[in-house]
Amino acid sequence: MADNNSGFFANPVVKWIEYRLPVFSTLDHMVGTQYPTPKNLNYWWNFGSLAGLCLVIQIVTGIVLVMHYTPHTLMAFDSVEHIMRDVNYGWLLRYMHANGASMFFIVVYIHIFRGLYFGSYKAPREILWFLGLIIFLLMMATAFMGYVLPWGQMSFWGATVITNLFSAIPVVGEPIVTWLWGGFAVDNPTLNRFFSLHYLLPFVIVGVVLLHILALHQHGSNNPLGIDTKGPQDRIPFHPYYTIKDAVGVGAFLIFFCFFLFYAPNFLGHPDNYIPANPLVTPAHIVPEWYFLPFYAILRSVPDKLGGVLLMFGAILILFLLPWLDTSKVRSAKFRPIYKQLFWVFLIACVGLTYAGGLPPEGLALVIGRVCTVYYFAHFLILMPLVGWFEKPLKLPASISEAVLKTEPGAAGSKA
Amino acid sequence: MKKMTMRTILAAALTFGLAVPAFAAGTEVTPPTQNWSFKGAFGTFDRAELQRGYQVYKEVCAACHAMKYVAFRNLTDLGFTAAEVKALAATFEVNDGPNDQGEMFKRPGLPQDKFPSPFPNEKAARASNGGAYPPDLSLVAKMKDHHRTEGSGADYIRALLAGYKDAPAGFTVGEGLNYNEYFPGHQIAMPKPLNDDQVTYADGTKATVEQMAHDVSAFLMWAAEPKLEDRKRMGFKVIVFLIVLTGLFFMAKKRIWAKLH
Amino acid sequence: MAGTATQPAGTTEPTRRDFIVVAAGAFAAVGAAAAVWPFIHQMNPSADVLALSSTEVDLSQIAAGQSITILWRGKPVFVRHRTEAEIAQAQKDDTAALPDPAKDADRVKKPEWLVMMGVCTHLGCVPLGQQGDFGGWFCPCHGSHYDTSGRIRKGPAPANLPIPQYAFLTDTRIRIG
Repeated sequence: MADNNSGFFANPVVKWIEYRLPVFSTLDHMVGTQYPTPKNLNYWWNFGSLAGLCLVIQIVTGIVLVMHYTPHTLMAFDSVEHIMRDVNYGWLLRYMHANGASMFFIVVYIHIFRGLYFGSYKAPREILWFLGLIIFLLMMATAFMGYVLPWGQMSFWGATVITNLFSAIPVVGEPIVTWLWGGFAVDNPTLNRFFSLHYLLPFVIVGVVLLHILALHQHGSNNPLGIDTKGPQDRIPFHPYYTIKDAVGVGAFLIFFCFFLFYAPNFLGHPDNYIPANPLVTPAHIVPEWYFLPFYAILRSVPDKLGGVLLMFGAILILFLLPWLDTSKVRSAKFRPIYKQLFWVFLIACVGLTYAGGLPPEGLALVIGRVCTVYYFAHFLILMPLVGWFEKPLKLPASISEAVLKTEPGAAGSKA
Repeated sequence: MKKMTMRTILAAALTFGLAVPAFAAGTEVTPPTQNWSFKGAFGTFDRAELQRGYQVYKEVCAACHAMKYVAFRNLTDLGFTAAEVKALAATFEVNDGPNDQGEMFKRPGLPQDKFPSPFPNEKAARASNGGAYPPDLSLVAKMKDHHRTEGSGADYIRALLAGYKDAPAGFTVGEGLNYNEYFPGHQIAMPKPLNDDQVTYADGTKATVEQMAHDVSAFLMWAAEPKLEDRKRMGFKVIVFLIVLTGLFFMAKKRIWAKLH
Repeated sequence: MAGTATQPAGTTEPTRRDFIVVAAGAFAAVGAAAAVWPFIHQMNPSADVLALSSTEVDLSQIAAGQSITILWRGKPVFVRHRTEAEIAQAQKDDTAALPDPAKDADRVKKPEWLVMMGVCTHLGCVPLGQQGDFGGWFCPCHGSHYDTSGRIRKGPAPANLPIPQYAFLTDTRIRIG
């Protein structure tokens, strides 16, 4: 494909600009013909670029929604209805943004689980993994504050419950909560600061994403075999091979997105958020948005306030230790027979947590939540270090091209 | 799915009065699912149904319930002409002001006015309704959408309006409350709002409780989601486009990757 | 990204399947262009803004020689009860050298009532009443002079003060818009 590009760079306008500002060659090195990529990436590797697309969709729809939204307790709910009813295509933009948040989390969760399965967090990609976790944390903060903005019942009570988590901190907890609120309850000052931060954080995410990409390019993408590329025979240029493959993923993703957007736009939301916020009445059953449910289940499975909060934050922070908790030298679960089983058990535990988090914390839901919580931590703290020592991995292929040739030419994309 | 079926059976059993002992405060009864015209990928509102529903709202519900997000001009969606909407709006009195003397005054409604509220504020509404607040109905079909599928909110409203009956034996209904099996807790402050022939439909449809409940529920769905038709129409076009686009991308991908071998 | 995947190689004859690559890129470009429209159109006036198009004014309290300014669609509208002298002056000037020729009779529905937008046609400031060289309006921003019929007579403004759509509902009541 080099001839393609030399044609492009021969264009006099491109040449003139490139000589003064090397944007084209920079892009070419980032996601173009000059970025060598393992030739065996499967479709699970699409979710990184999809996450980038989600971020762009959220920022663009968010910016135009702000043109019509009013961050004031007396007007926020009305301004959202104004968007839904009177603004040209306002309903479309608002449903895109609301469902887009869910889509972003779906994509990022798959991206994270892909990393867990193929060992993408292991040396030398630890910082790449950390940056991803930081993006995840920022996303959670952004999504939480964004959900407060429509100022419905779930907005208000979600904000109340989550900010009250900080009151679990001994001694300074109460002053911290008052500081977060800017008053003695969630109120207009809270709404205003959440709006400010909700607008700011996505741009912080953009910055961290750039670092994430920089770290990625340092050692290149991991791959389904988890072995390093050994030479040019193992690599292909990102463009056009992975640009077109990513485009296929983008198309499929947009179909999925549009199904919710146009035919079930309120399915992922909560009907109580169409009731304006009322500080005097708590809804019968408060649940966060679905993407917070696993963490919410962990919080509720501990009968102690501080303990629950610590465990919930611990559930995320433990992921930072993963490169050292996983003692195996082999990256891909493909060659780790025992870890591979545990991966699926872990996935089931996370689904169990999501399920338990959506139900009232009593009876069976509480039991499921507790069992899954125990497994969640045992998986990282006990099983991963032990399996790494005792498991006998399968024999690794000598190189990517050897493995690719051994299977069938063109099978690279089909294996999930 | 299984749970849904179970609930439907339970609801049916309750409806036929076979499971009276199962009643307890807090038990939810799933409203029977209706075949709304607006459901499905190509769903549209039934204009005649919406007009009848608006009549029920205007003549019955509006006495106590506001609908502050809907304007008279929006009624053109129901199939009324601009002139009809103007004449209709003029039959209402809306607050305006202050005038040059600094006083608020009343004037006939204009198409751009929102539906006037029956009470000046929540306190006044409570005072006139024995302490209970008749909620604004603009979004009620979405806030009662407990299955998060289009139509379940309207199902609930229809079932509630047509679901007034005598409390079963052993169930004590509080002072000033009324028994309704679809309302959470089964005790609702709103007295039975609809009775046969309460309104006289312009199109000659017989105004049974069932009919009026159905019509007004469809109208409330429109009020909550007025862009529903636009959304579905656009959705179909966009998804067809995306399927073709993805197909093309896939073929292009095959073509480009073929060069590798 | 698909757009960049469509450059024909140039070295080989385009085959049928190269055509697919080009078609995919073209299709994506059309889709992207269509998707931009809602993001542009959302900035156009919304349905409620478009609906707020008329306002009524009671004229009975405005004595001859007085004006009121009312807000219509977010802009000031001048309603002036003109004196006999002003009307006579305005009609006499129909034949004067006017940068934007218009007859006074065409600018009013009843000679004693002048209803016009209070927005200078130069750069949108609000002119001051009964000032300037022609006894009409004077815009303090860049010195445009309007006469007693609101016609531009001197200064940088290119056109007369525009007349909004209005109608007399009764002798003492008008509706603007």
